[in-house]
Amino acid sequence: MSAVRPSPSRVMLGIAQIGACGIFLLQILAAIPRSVRYLRETVRQIWFVGAMSLTIIMTCGLFVGMVLGLQLYYVLSIFGGTAALGTVVSLSLYRELGPVVTALLFAGRAGTSMTAEIGLMRATDQIDAMEMMAVDPLAYVVAPRFIAGIIAMPILACVFNALGILGAHLIGVSWLGLDNGTFWSNMTSSVDVWKDVINGVWKSAAFGAVVTLIATFQGYTTAPTSEGVAYATTRTVVFSSIVTLALDFVMTAFLM
Amino acid sequence: MSANPTRPPPASPSDALIEIRGLRTVLGGKTIFDGVDLDIARGRITAVMGPSGTGKTTLMRHITGQLAPDAGSIRIEGRDVTRIGREELYVLREKIGYLFQNSALLTDYSVFENVAFPLRQHLTLPEELVRNIVLTKLQAVGLRGAAELMPSELSGGMMRRVALARAIVRDPMMIIYDEPFVGLDPIALNQILKLIRTLNQTLGITSILVAHELAAVRRVADQIYLLAAGKIAAHGAPEELARGDTPWTRQFFSGEADGPVPFHYPAPDYAGQLGLAPGGGGSAAAPVRAAQLPESRP
Repeated sequence: MSAVRPSPSRVMLGIAQIGACGIFLLQILAAIPRSVRYLRETVRQIWFVGAMSLTIIMTCGLFVGMVLGLQLYYVLSIFGGTAALGTVVSLSLYRELGPVVTALLFAGRAGTSMTAEIGLMRATDQIDAMEMMAVDPLAYVVAPRFIAGIIAMPILACVFNALGILGAHLIGVSWLGLDNGTFWSNMTSSVDVWKDVINGVWKSAAFGAVVTLIATFQGYTTAPTSEGVAYATTRTVVFSSIVTLALDFVMTAFLM
Repeated sequence: MSANPTRPPPASPSDALIEIRGLRTVLGGKTIFDGVDLDIARGRITAVMGPSGTGKTTLMRHITGQLAPDAGSIRIEGRDVTRIGREELYVLREKIGYLFQNSALLTDYSVFENVAFPLRQHLTLPEELVRNIVLTKLQAVGLRGAAELMPSELSGGMMRRVALARAIVRDPMMIIYDEPFVGLDPIALNQILKLIRTLNQTLGITSILVAHELAAVRRVADQIYLLAAGKIAAHGAPEELARGDTPWTRQFFSGEADGPVPFHYPAPDYAGQLGLAPGGGGSAAAPVRAAQLPESRP
């Protein structure tokens, strides 16, 4: 059989994938009202992607805060402005580092497990079996995970921020001898709840939606083989990271 | 739940639960079906057989609306599944039990919860009733004692029996068994055959059986369709087909390599590929030359 039609280029395939992902998002949004009856499944997923990610988020938050404390103390001391350590650390965390690093960790911890789980369900015909039992897999499997991602990510980002500030406090106050009152009062006087904290929460909710969308899309559309699931899991981390950072730039530009 | 204790009368052409006409499917550039016409009689057991890769599972996916054909119609109770919407399709699927080739049990749930899954999703029943129904179905497949096990703790044959219990838990009007006998030991095979026959006889459940095991199929099927090369190569009662009146049935039921169905996947010349007869020689001559290979080596 002669090949008449040329195979599409990688660029075209990539564009087709983005289009398919967009349609998948619309399908998830349409399935959300139907998934209300699977509230237990949604709660289970919030526990799974949220509570089960706490250890990695808290540990990383603490260390990121400690590194920030050390680095910024050094930089600020050049200008004699170490008193601003609390302000700089908290603004960096609330506005950028908290949501972004949490999203990257979330993609690695929860996103990959979502892709692998849904991918294996696809590979072992569980998704088809649900379809055959007249249970909509988008409403039963995908939508609860999507909602869980949007709910869990901002909470995880807040925990990350809290531990990050604690880490910076440990370094700045407990180790390097900065005044405790100065650290906290400078921070509270210069951090605005709406402009800084809530903007970070919006960002992390958006990152949660994007990472979960990519993870569930990759799992749902995976080739039904072990190799296909492995590739899909890798793609989840790669695409989530790229899209998170790109979206961060766009959102920062709009929310500034 | 409907119960029809009497054996259904012989099916007439108008008594078909499923009517497939002019089915045409092309997947990945390969023609799977090229004008398939097929009737599944109401209340009977119809077996669909054929060499591997002829699209038996694809045909089942068409019937259940999981995959749309390129052309043709599939009417179940008069409604064309290729044209109905999602809601209507789901209503139809609630009346169909489907036993998947690889069982497709939900790995997060225990055996009990797997069988209870269709009940919990579609009905609001008291827990006591759910428990009784599930245990009754598990008893029918001999796995009542395994109710609390997880799918990962089961053998392949046991998983298939759990999947069967799940497929029948809502007493569907039709059950599709996709390769139900694979991995079953003779005892389980016998019991599953009896169960398929009992479900058909006592509840009048229409059954479609996709299988390779001719001996097992002959014991239960009322009608056999033999699929080959994208068409219905033969159909009729098991005894008629087993007589082997056509080249297709003769080859398939006697399991010979020579016949209309090639045993070998299309390949270049055997001897030529082994480097023994460049540019010539038939494959029939190749084994002789291959046998001489050790002597021809230095």
